[in-house]
Amino acid sequence: MRAAWALLRRDVALSLRIGGGGAMGVAFFAMVALLTPLGLGEETDALARVAGGVIFTAALLACLLSLDRLFQADWEDGALDLLALGPLPLEAVAGVKALAHWLTTGLPLIAAAPALALMLDLPAAAFWPLMTALAVGTPGLSLIGAVGAALTVGVRRGGLLLSLLVLPLYLPTLVLGARAVSRAAVGLDAVAPLALLGAVTLLSLVAGPLAAAAALRVNMR
Amino acid sequence: MSGARRSANSEAMSENRSLWRYANPAEFMRVSGVILPWAAGAALVLLLGGAAWGLFFVPPDYRQGETVRIMYVHVPAAMMAINIYFIMAVASAVGLIRRHHVSFLVAKAAAPIGAGLTLAAIVTGAIWGQPTWGTWWVWDPKLTSILIMLFFYLGYIGLWAAVDDPEKAADLSGVLCLTGVVFAFLSRYAVEIFGDQTLHQPASLSLDAETNVADVFYWPLLVTIAGFYAFFIALVLLRARTEIRLRRARALKLRRAAMETA
Repeated sequence: MRAAWALLRRDVALSLRIGGGGAMGVAFFAMVALLTPLGLGEETDALARVAGGVIFTAALLACLLSLDRLFQADWEDGALDLLALGPLPLEAVAGVKALAHWLTTGLPLIAAAPALALMLDLPAAAFWPLMTALAVGTPGLSLIGAVGAALTVGVRRGGLLLSLLVLPLYLPTLVLGARAVSRAAVGLDAVAPLALLGAVTLLSLVAGPLAAAAALRVNMR
Repeated sequence: MSGARRSANSEAMSENRSLWRYANPAEFMRVSGVILPWAAGAALVLLLGGAAWGLFFVPPDYRQGETVRIMYVHVPAAMMAINIYFIMAVASAVGLIRRHHVSFLVAKAAAPIGAGLTLAAIVTGAIWGQPTWGTWWVWDPKLTSILIMLFFYLGYIGLWAAVDDPEKAADLSGVLCLTGVVFAFLSRYAVEIFGDQTLHQPASLSLDAETNVADVFYWPLLVTIAGFYAFFIALVLLRARTEIRLRRARALKLRRAAMETA
């Protein structure tokens, strides 16, 4: 437990100190979301209808772009080998690293979402479902992303490959999260998609660290 | 392959490798060499027969007219699109658990076929949808989930291509395939569960449905589906055999180079 706590503090500290941490992700998130009204032009009615989906898509992309450094820096300088020899099982290392990723990427996105929701004219009824969906869904994004990051850790310039591997895995989260928001926006029940979204995140909690650790073991041999 | 050549090959391969691992490809080459002509022959007969039956001896549908005939390509292709990924997942699981190397090669060989058939299902569906629904594409749950399948195949193929070490590539893509199969199912149900409007008709045939397509359309469809399976088996075996031969050739080349430099 102490090892896990130490690893978490180390990873959060590292990502906060290098490259602006969560700020870069949030800036990217806001930029992508703000491209939409520019692209849509005068169609302000359409904006309210697509706002939830746009915010979710932007969150997904922001999460994706910060994934490539999840294991790579540690893999390159050998820290990952030390972690593998340490007291924590590799599954727990992957899980803790995913948690650190979420704390520095997912959490700032959630904090920035209300402002974007306001600017994109999201219907008031959809606000809390959006926040819930982001809170429930983004941990899943970090956990699934850990699998992709572990798979591509040894690939040079694996960024594009990482997107191709991870984006299909993100689709259930995106579909259910966006559906919860769009249903709430027209006054339908949002609990069912939110519950299913929670199920997807819980499944990622099991599958993500397992698959990521398996991939890391292959890459380290 | 003659016995003498085979033993020479396996001798070349077994250098600083355990014999068990290369006993397997040799056995695979023997068995697949027997199955391959039969599967290829069955595919030829069933596909040609089914196509002729479906194209010339089935009446046009009373609402869809002649376009119904595209079903004999579309339905088997769409079926294979989903089943091949599942087969790949099973092969990857066997490969990862039993360290069975040929199993990975079968999964690798199956992936481009699956991607091709997925693309075929999408294209034939679009060609059929244009006159029938009046649109090439709709974001309908069934269409969306088949498009998602295509990206799962592309990711798998991409990972194989990106990792240099074939041993690592095999294991990593196996992990990806097993993770992918879970999320492929999830995204399929995620897009279908709240699919409010759907243009796509329900499954053309399933074992437990009360009503399938009418019998005149049904039997040639079964023939073409069987043909697609035979075609898939033949192609997978051929591709896996080619891969094994490529690796043998590479190993022999390396060995010769090592002997020359020594």
